[in-house]
Amino acid sequence: MNNLSLIIILLVLLAVAYQLGMQRSRKLAGGQNSASMHSRPHHYGMMVGLWAVLPPFFIMLLWNWFSPAVIQQLVLSSLPAEILNSGEQAQVLLRRISNLATNFAVLSEAADWEISAANYLTALQQKSTLLLTALMFIIGALGLLVSYQKIRPSLRARHQVEKALMVTLLICSTIAILTTIGIVLSMVGETLKFFSFIKPSDFFFGTTWNPRFSTAGVADGSLTGSQGSFGLLPLLSGTMLVAGIALLVAIPLGLMVAIYMAEYAPKKVRDTVKPIIEVLAGIPTIVYGFFALVVVGPFLSDLGQMLGLTIRATSALTAGVVMGIMIIPFISSLSDDIITQVPKALRDGSLGLGATKSETIRKVVLPAALPGIVGAVLLAASRAIGETMIVVLAAGNSPSLTANPFEAVSTVTVTIVNQLTGDNDFASPQSLVAFALGLTLFVITLLLNIVALVIVRKYREQYE
Amino acid sequence: MNTVQTSASSTYSASPVQQQVVRSLKKRHRQEKLFRFAGMTAVGISLLLVALLFINIFSKGLPAFWQHGIELEIHFDPAVIKISEQPVLQAGESVQAFEQRHLAWRSEVGMVNFNRLIQDALLKVIPDGAEHRRDLARIVTSGERFALREMVIANPAIIGQTQKLFLLTDANIDVWLKGNIDRSLADEKQQLSPKVREWVDQLKAEGVIQNRFSWALFMNPDSRSSLASAGLAGAFMGSLYMMLIVILLAVPMGVAAAIYLEEFAPKNKFTDLVEVNINNLAAVPSIVFGLLGASIFIGWFNLPMSAPFVGGLVLTLMTLPTVIIATRSTLKAIPPSIRQAALGLGASKTQAVFHHVLPLAIPGILTGAIIGVAQALGETAPLLLIGMKSFVASIPGSAMEQSTALPVQIYLWQGNELRNFFEARTSAAIIVLLGLMLTLNGLAIWLRRRFEVRW
Repeated sequence: MNNLSLIIILLVLLAVAYQLGMQRSRKLAGGQNSASMHSRPHHYGMMVGLWAVLPPFFIMLLWNWFSPAVIQQLVLSSLPAEILNSGEQAQVLLRRISNLATNFAVLSEAADWEISAANYLTALQQKSTLLLTALMFIIGALGLLVSYQKIRPSLRARHQVEKALMVTLLICSTIAILTTIGIVLSMVGETLKFFSFIKPSDFFFGTTWNPRFSTAGVADGSLTGSQGSFGLLPLLSGTMLVAGIALLVAIPLGLMVAIYMAEYAPKKVRDTVKPIIEVLAGIPTIVYGFFALVVVGPFLSDLGQMLGLTIRATSALTAGVVMGIMIIPFISSLSDDIITQVPKALRDGSLGLGATKSETIRKVVLPAALPGIVGAVLLAASRAIGETMIVVLAAGNSPSLTANPFEAVSTVTVTIVNQLTGDNDFASPQSLVAFALGLTLFVITLLLNIVALVIVRKYREQYE
Repeated sequence: MNTVQTSASSTYSASPVQQQVVRSLKKRHRQEKLFRFAGMTAVGISLLLVALLFINIFSKGLPAFWQHGIELEIHFDPAVIKISEQPVLQAGESVQAFEQRHLAWRSEVGMVNFNRLIQDALLKVIPDGAEHRRDLARIVTSGERFALREMVIANPAIIGQTQKLFLLTDANIDVWLKGNIDRSLADEKQQLSPKVREWVDQLKAEGVIQNRFSWALFMNPDSRSSLASAGLAGAFMGSLYMMLIVILLAVPMGVAAAIYLEEFAPKNKFTDLVEVNINNLAAVPSIVFGLLGASIFIGWFNLPMSAPFVGGLVLTLMTLPTVIIATRSTLKAIPPSIRQAALGLGASKTQAVFHHVLPLAIPGILTGAIIGVAQALGETAPLLLIGMKSFVASIPGSAMEQSTALPVQIYLWQGNELRNFFEARTSAAIIVLLGLMLTLNGLAIWLRRRFEVRW
């Protein structure tokens, strides 16, 4: 019996227990008036249901967590001593045995002891599921009976049900924290492994990026010289170059859109144009990447030819311009909110003194909104730094330390994708460096976000 | 007007300051106009960019929804298809033994030279085909012989019959007939031999080769050997599984977390931490979630690579903050009087929230959830890191099988060497993806408009 059918049985049990509990509470209440009971009938039903289902469910979780290890140990200890001492790795043996047990094809003929071990494994697994099912059944039945017996008018069933609900809600809200912990732990762990190959200073201050390919059988740390160089700076400069171009495109456009929408546009225009521009925010980045590759890149390259410049079709400029288009809606809608939050009294004062509308905006509204706008720009910048698909397709993937926007560059995100999707061994520095890069990216964007959020929050408080 | 003012000011013997103001007015008004114009230009440029993007994608992609195929009278010749009877489950036979026999029979069918059938049919419409066997073999895309095989397996009674079938032509022929390649290029630069080009032009004029709606694009999985029959079905199913997982996990968990934080959580350090955390997670680059998936789900939990299940989990974690933030702002907007009324009538706090506040919040929650799901649907980068960029030539039957996703399929297709063909096909895939996303977003907007309550 597999887990899915066990869960289905549990659900059926839940329904049955719910009905039983509800009926008993109704009977206790005397059929017509339930006011003598502490809780509503469905609370009693739910309580019985939870007692019947939750304990076996936890047992199932624990069982699934621990039983594979126990079974493995039992199988290993059943193997003949000379096999165990032959120096073969336990994991390799176990994989062969479990493949045999599930009728998977194995290389080379299976030995007698392997077949008997496989049979033993199958028997153990069957025994384990049988035991689990029996245990779950007994515990579930016990929970059902005891809680069923306990139902009486003074029993506070609602409190129990609400407490269970509260715990569930609490667990759900901690998932966000667990995710962050997961991100940090996984990346810090792999990054430390990476730093056991490469010195941190070589990574953070290295000026060449040339990881080469990992070769099988490289001894730890012994070949650092021939392992290629993992300098972060070319990637970081590429990232900043592309993000800088993107901001150069997006800040003027986004800000002017926001000002026009907030201050000038009639309601009708506002209501139609705003959603259209926000469509830009919903377009997947891969689509922007394709657009950059097929349209913007060739266009810029032709334009460069006309002006006598050599602009590569895939360059920092191409990626930056398209990324700028992508973040226009971020800047425009955030700034729009912030500009409309500036109190009307400030505007009226300025207009009353005889300033024109544009003067009011430039000299009164914008300075007042500046902190918020800076926050919006920082958020957009963190978005640009973490953006992947546009640069994968349009930046040319050439990790060189250059400030020339017409050249091909590579960024942190592109390199993460390249290093992890290539044919590199997962434990080689060539793959592990992706996590070091990811951690760097995480820290940079986290700092930008925190600063931005603090600025925006301060600003909000100022006018609330 | 200026002159009137100047003359008026002269009668009052205006102060130098006043005169200066009057003189600067013209300039200031010009600046005002300029500023306003700049705003309008910015809006115009932004709208133009949206239009440019859509026009470009659609003009490239729409033709790819139609594809050239050739109508042939395929005779399922018993002399070519020499196979034994299809095995039937006999009484007393075990299922395993039957499956073995069936498998043997299938491989027997697989040995049949279905190309012969196609070539024989082609000879009927191309009289001089027999002298140019090599050219003849290039007309129908190679995937169609497997389609014929499946037809025979599905219905062996077909052997001996003649059927009129519409078979897709080779991708290069489609490119040639659609005019996506320069016809004046020299022979050695053309993908197709002069003979094939001559044939297909004539067949097209005769109406044997037609441009029909491309069901292959929707019904087939990806293919590398037979480019003309590469389709989106596999990627679509992969995306569908992932969306189901996101809906099943991210939405309930996100809503539960939001309810707790907004309605029940005590104000303390822990809830502050959770709050800051969620805001930050919402802004973490998506690729970082891919790294998390690669190291935790695949590295530690040993879940299979390239599986929609893992992709769904990664996207769930990514979507969770969006759902939580949207739900919280919806809950915040519901006036406290509703809660107070329920509490005043003796409801417990849980009852007040779940019976009175939550039902009012459902439209807002749905809107947030749909936007989160749409965002997850278009995400590419984290999926690349958990191995979903590998080529999968089958439609996944479960969430644990290897698969790609729609945006990843776009990524894979844009890199295909046959640019003339795949630029259009990629654009078509983008149209499908954008169509799905815009439908979802439209649904969200409609829900918001339809059920929005202003308190």
